[in-house]
Amino acid sequence: MTVIESGKVLWPIVITFLAPLAVLLTGRNQNLREGVSIIAGTLTAIFVLCLAPAVLQGIIFRYELFHIRPGLTVAFAADGLGFIFAFIAPFLWIFATSYNIGYMRSLKEHAQTRYYFCFAVAIFGAVGVALAANVFTLYLFYEIISVFTYPLVAHHQDEEGFMGAKKYMVYLMGTSKLFLLPAMILTYVLAGTLDFSLGDIKNGMFSAQVISDHPNLVRLTYVLFIAGLAKAALMPFHNWLPSAMVAPTPVSALLHAVAVVKAGVFSVSRIILSGFGTETMTSLGLSLPTAYLAAFTIVAASLIALTKDDIKARLAYSTVSQLSYVIIGVALAAPAAVQGGLLHIGHHAFSKITLFFGAGAIYVASHLKSIKMMNGLGRRMPWTFGAFGLASLSMIGMPPVCGFVSKWYLVNGALDQGQLILLVALLLSTILNAGYFVPIFYRAFFLAPAEGVNLEGYREAPLTMVIPLVFTSLVSVTLGLFPQLFHAFIKAFGSF
Amino acid sequence: MITDLLSCYPLLTVLTFWPLLAALILSPVKNERTIRLVTMAAALIELVLAIPLLGFESRAGFQFEELIAWAPEWKLNYHLGVDGLSILMIWLSILTLPMCVLCSWTYIGRRVKEFHICLLLMTMACVGVFSALDTVLFYVFWEALLIPMYLMIAIWGSDDRRYASIKFFLYTLAGSTLLLVAIVALRITGGTFSIPELMTTEFSYGFQYWIFLAFFIAFAIKVPMFPFHTWLPAAHVQAPSAGSVILAAVLLKMGTYGFLRFSIPMAPVASTDFAPMMIAISVASILYGGAVALGQQDIKKLIAYSSVAHMGFVTLGIFLFSLDGVNGAIFQMLNHGIITGALFMMVGAVYERSHSREIVKNMGLGKYLPAFMFFWGLFGLASFGFPGTNGFVGEFMVILAAFRANTTLGLLVIPGALLSAAYILKVTLKMAWGQPASPASGGSWRDLKKKEWAYLALPAVLVVWLGLAPGGVLGLIEPSVEDTLKTFHQRNGRVDLVQVTSPAGRPEGLIIEENILPEPTVTTTEPAAAEPAETEMEK
Repeated sequence: MTVIESGKVLWPIVITFLAPLAVLLTGRNQNLREGVSIIAGTLTAIFVLCLAPAVLQGIIFRYELFHIRPGLTVAFAADGLGFIFAFIAPFLWIFATSYNIGYMRSLKEHAQTRYYFCFAVAIFGAVGVALAANVFTLYLFYEIISVFTYPLVAHHQDEEGFMGAKKYMVYLMGTSKLFLLPAMILTYVLAGTLDFSLGDIKNGMFSAQVISDHPNLVRLTYVLFIAGLAKAALMPFHNWLPSAMVAPTPVSALLHAVAVVKAGVFSVSRIILSGFGTETMTSLGLSLPTAYLAAFTIVAASLIALTKDDIKARLAYSTVSQLSYVIIGVALAAPAAVQGGLLHIGHHAFSKITLFFGAGAIYVASHLKSIKMMNGLGRRMPWTFGAFGLASLSMIGMPPVCGFVSKWYLVNGALDQGQLILLVALLLSTILNAGYFVPIFYRAFFLAPAEGVNLEGYREAPLTMVIPLVFTSLVSVTLGLFPQLFHAFIKAFGSF
Repeated sequence: MITDLLSCYPLLTVLTFWPLLAALILSPVKNERTIRLVTMAAALIELVLAIPLLGFESRAGFQFEELIAWAPEWKLNYHLGVDGLSILMIWLSILTLPMCVLCSWTYIGRRVKEFHICLLLMTMACVGVFSALDTVLFYVFWEALLIPMYLMIAIWGSDDRRYASIKFFLYTLAGSTLLLVAIVALRITGGTFSIPELMTTEFSYGFQYWIFLAFFIAFAIKVPMFPFHTWLPAAHVQAPSAGSVILAAVLLKMGTYGFLRFSIPMAPVASTDFAPMMIAISVASILYGGAVALGQQDIKKLIAYSSVAHMGFVTLGIFLFSLDGVNGAIFQMLNHGIITGALFMMVGAVYERSHSREIVKNMGLGKYLPAFMFFWGLFGLASFGFPGTNGFVGEFMVILAAFRANTTLGLLVIPGALLSAAYILKVTLKMAWGQPASPASGGSWRDLKKKEWAYLALPAVLVVWLGLAPGGVLGLIEPSVEDTLKTFHQRNGRVDLVQVTSPAGRPEGLIIEENILPEPTVTTTEPAAAEPAETEMEK
């Protein structure tokens, strides 16, 4: 691993910083405004891709932008882990924007410029989190995401929207102020720096001396971090996510399946792997409790999902459950498990965005939210429900869709560690996943229309919506067939 | 040539007395608009006159010193000077003046001349307080500030102004009486009025004990620390915008500056002994101020209580006696001045539109006043320490120092940080999003005018600049802080009257060698803490 000072890593940040401003300036002309989003997403994805050759060779580009205090800097770095998230967020932004156009215009939503502006800022935050080279930078962008996604959650500005958004703010801002801030300060006090130990996932930022002198303080720091990163939706700090479903569906799709929640699990992964290191995790006995909490979240959230009839609520609890796959893998600290967890960041993103896109397309086409009412709808919207089915298979973990690959690694990791309980949790969740996804598909294609629903008038949503969702479902399959696409970067990230 | 000219330019005298001269120039002017323009010009000239102050060197000790015998038979001197502890406060006082003039342009409609004379006199007193190096001179300026401030609340205040102004006057007067007692006692025991001399004099423990208490009451009222804070919300709510701005930006800082200039150097051992109490009161201020702010329905009152909490961070930082703590405290003094000053100006701006300071009467502004909400959001974020703003840096340094001193103490302060986020977000979200009380009136309000842009732009730039690159400003204060603390710790080790093996103010806790000041022992000569500061300066 070599670290090189280079401004190249700054480009994605600069573009995503300018994009929201451009959206504001072009707000009057909606085609131009949405074009700006698409161009910015494309440019960002390209500039991130330009980093790929170096990342694959194990070269880390690093750039320090602001020096605030000794050890407290705004700095960016691109390694394998950061690369994946930094690529996914703007890449999916392109499709989400296309989808947005169909969704927002069909429903004639208000305050669209504000909406696109906040959307762009959220992507800026996600890219910043992905490329953060130290805890402070991560914290900075993590908070930017929290603040600027509030208007998106409260977008409808009705009673329900404000309640959901309030909960969103209380959970995210409350945990970050109450736990994440002291965690960061304790890290600074104990480690004397906030810089991640990039390129080394075994030993984190804390020296052996500090760990042996103050083991309990290091443990406290860890607990504060895990509690503070509520965006990862680990129980008991998961409740904001179902409440955030009051937002328009594209927001739920890109932000609450990709950018925001992935910023959460990404941060947890970053803190565990580059902050504490796998060896510290094991030696301080932090690994298993985290994995058990994640396992509990997986099963409990799946059980709740079973009871939900609202399609977005079911997807939200599915997200809570799937996010913990990442955490379980990373926390187990075994090579296979970590790889499985990190792969799932990418794989889940493509599959879950497809599911949300599907839910939104159904809503635009039929104004239906209740799963019970969707009987027979698949025959009217074959493309949407076909993509939805493929993405469901990924959630369940069936080959050849990408969810299978990450689950394979995770199960392998659990077996390596001899953790039967975790293994049972993973397998149980597979059955539960099937339990709440298969009925949707089954109803849509094989059951007669529900009483009072006339299918005649329904057809596929606008093309700007259908194309993105079919595309992302195909990417899910591609990633299942060629898992090395992301795996190469994960191998470059840590020495497994 | 230029340096020769500069060396005989009495910078601090000019900065102090130019506003007084301007007030004299103003007195025959009749036309209201001319009065405003003349004051504005005077404020800008003051800024121009202050340019040599940029030459302030990053080193310990007083600079731009002026010493003239005043009444030799009483050893009274006219003695001015600045060091790292005061330089930022002088800048703050000078920068506040033009903003106050601008934000009063339409706000103040009667007795315009008297109002602007009050403003100028206050600026004179503020600069004087922070540059005086003679206790009597200091006291003169300290008291001189009281009257114009009293008048400002009593004449241009809101409905309840009589009550608020008298409360303000009585509280601060009670404090200054004790300050006078302390100054006289120092003269009798120490034999001088000179602050630099007093700072190097070692007093007996008993004397330090009493002097500390006298200073404590005087400064704690001014800061204000819980439970001496009750005058503040009343004064803030009733005062006109400009009054609130000066009150928040400069007057409160006089208290914390007093702790740094008097209590710590002149009563070091007593400071150490009283530190647990000071820390406890600071934490109480942080939590109490935050909790009460959360319950306010009046925007101005909310900001006023948030001041109590923020100043709690400052006093906490000071009484941790560590480099990070005191640096952070001074930096937080500057931040609070900028942020809270700006917020008060914005409350004034919204009051001019809605004629109410109630949150419920000012809801849903996001739609009609987007630029206003942008600035409000920015200062709000800075106020609760959003990363990337100056508020974060100061708060971070103080909390860091708290954690270094004692993990439990650090964890105790954290709810304060949460509370500040809670009340600011509460008021901001309501103002931006809530359902307007009367949509029709909201629709007719105009967004920010040019003058409003002018007085909000500077603080906005400072918020971001100091948040991302505070190195230059911190570099100015660090050497002086280091020097003060070095003397402080040495003196604590030397005084034999008390046991100093384990000073109460430095609780046993986590100590990381390379980042903490040396333990107070006589043998220490080269403090380890000097290193990070030096590298900081090189950059």
